[in-house]
Amino acid sequence: MTGQLDQLFVSLKQWLVSFLPQAAQPMAGILLSISAIIGAFATMFAITTIMERKILGRIQNRLGPNRVGPFGLLQPAADGIKMLTKEDIVPFAADKLVHFLAPVVLIIPVALALAMIPYGRNMTAVDLDAGILFFFAVGSATELSVFMAGWSSQNKYSLVGAMRAIAQMISYEMPLVLSTVSVLMMAGTLSLPLIVQAQSGYIYEILPRWNVFTPWGLAGFVLFMIAATAESNRAPFDLPEAESEIIAGYLTEYSGFKYALFFMAEYWGLFAVSGLAVTLFLGGWNAPFPFLQWVPSWAWFFAKLGTIIFGFIWVRGTLPRLRLDQLMNFAWKFLLPMSLINIVVTAMWHFSRVFQFVGAREMRWVLCALVLAIPYFFLGRALGEGRPAKRNYKFAE
Amino acid sequence: MDLAFIIIAVLTLASAVAAMSLRNLVHCALCMVMTFAGIALTFLQLNAEFVGLAQLLVYVGAVAILIVFAILLTRSEDAKKEVRFVSSSTVVGFGVVALVAVSLLAAIQHTQILPPQSVVAPHVSVKRIGEQLMTNYVLPLEVIGLLLTAAMIGAVVIAMREPDPADSVDVQQRNGSPLKLDPDSKKTAVVANE
Repeated sequence: MTGQLDQLFVSLKQWLVSFLPQAAQPMAGILLSISAIIGAFATMFAITTIMERKILGRIQNRLGPNRVGPFGLLQPAADGIKMLTKEDIVPFAADKLVHFLAPVVLIIPVALALAMIPYGRNMTAVDLDAGILFFFAVGSATELSVFMAGWSSQNKYSLVGAMRAIAQMISYEMPLVLSTVSVLMMAGTLSLPLIVQAQSGYIYEILPRWNVFTPWGLAGFVLFMIAATAESNRAPFDLPEAESEIIAGYLTEYSGFKYALFFMAEYWGLFAVSGLAVTLFLGGWNAPFPFLQWVPSWAWFFAKLGTIIFGFIWVRGTLPRLRLDQLMNFAWKFLLPMSLINIVVTAMWHFSRVFQFVGAREMRWVLCALVLAIPYFFLGRALGEGRPAKRNYKFAE
Repeated sequence: MDLAFIIIAVLTLASAVAAMSLRNLVHCALCMVMTFAGIALTFLQLNAEFVGLAQLLVYVGAVAILIVFAILLTRSEDAKKEVRFVSSSTVVGFGVVALVAVSLLAAIQHTQILPPQSVVAPHVSVKRIGEQLMTNYVLPLEVIGLLLTAAMIGAVVIAMREPDPADSVDVQQRNGSPLKLDPDSKKTAVVANE
């Protein structure tokens, strides 16, 4: 029974495909997987928008949307209808073709990245030998879309927003990729299903063998999440769309369904990068304890994904926006050295597993934690010292 | 021939032609990105997974953004200069093309054509590429790393500010006073520095 529930979607797909002639089966299987991913994440996008507004409302001591349907739960449907029926305004001076293509160029790579992630046992849409490389390769195309949107709008706010976004995405891509390197080193593979497999099993039959429960994994997870927040342009790294400074950045001249597409692609990007975090550090679809293995694997994956999304929303509601120089200093002077040190710590962890003497396990932990904590302390202090001098405004007083 | 290959090849060639012939520099850059992506797709179609993805990562992700940045930061007006078809550069260009073509043709003419052999393409996993890089090709890898480090240091040196005078100019710009250094504003600059 539990096995059937676990493989529910896999057997459903096989059953549906079996109606077709032999020649059409592989193609139909691919199409089914694609439509399942698009459908599931479009639904999840709707749920996340309402949850985000509700939670932000709770954090800011107000109610949030509560007018459409019971508890305001039909708000996403109302938003969707509004977006679809709105007039699509294209600026007169805009580069029409590039303006039109920008949201399309954003949503295709994000959907491709979603296809890489293992959602459950035997539930990877595309199982590539170099899956994680593919993820980052298509992810780099999103920068291009942001540039296309900002440049084609012929609006200074759009251009400034696009430049900010590209600078930010390039800077934070380095720690994002480098923090995954430690996981790849330990798993010895670039394939995402195999990385999940490497994290299955339990220590002493009870504790999960997830990467996040090692010193390098914990540090890598934190670095990865910070870089992922910046990559998906969310608060406190939402400078590209800073509404109090540059209206809406590269989205300023977008309206109607194109804007909705951008909005959805941004959330899909968030889901993709959160899904990657779950796969790399939180054990993918593995259950946290052996006695909880009766819960289907895909339920575990989506529960972990939901927890991470909740964390993102919480951070958005709590932290103020960074300044541009703080943003750059943080990426290049703190995150990048820390992620490089983390790779060294991973190597230490790997080579110290041959230690056999008494207390070797504890010593390994303390050693790795110290190598991480000391640079953390000094880099953090150096970051605080680099503040610009107090400004004297000669004419503004 | 494969239908997918034909589509990819036509798109790659068309975007390459467009990248060379369009008037708007940004359009050219975007078309070139499409060419890069097309080449990456060709690699992927030939089962060269790693090369294809690396091509995508490096060219679409990094080189394209670099080009776009360079265009945006250097160019202010679109070049509206009329281009004459017959100029010294076209004549030289055709000359070079003819020279290359003749030498290539001569080389091909003198080559003995061997009968095609059936070769099974090896399945190259990322792991094997990594092992080869770390054992047989470790010296070239290190040399490339050294070269890139040198290039990076060079870029940092170019971008680095001159220590003192430039600093006070920067403070002045912040204060909103004109760039010329008159004694009075110099004093404010020093005060601001302290």
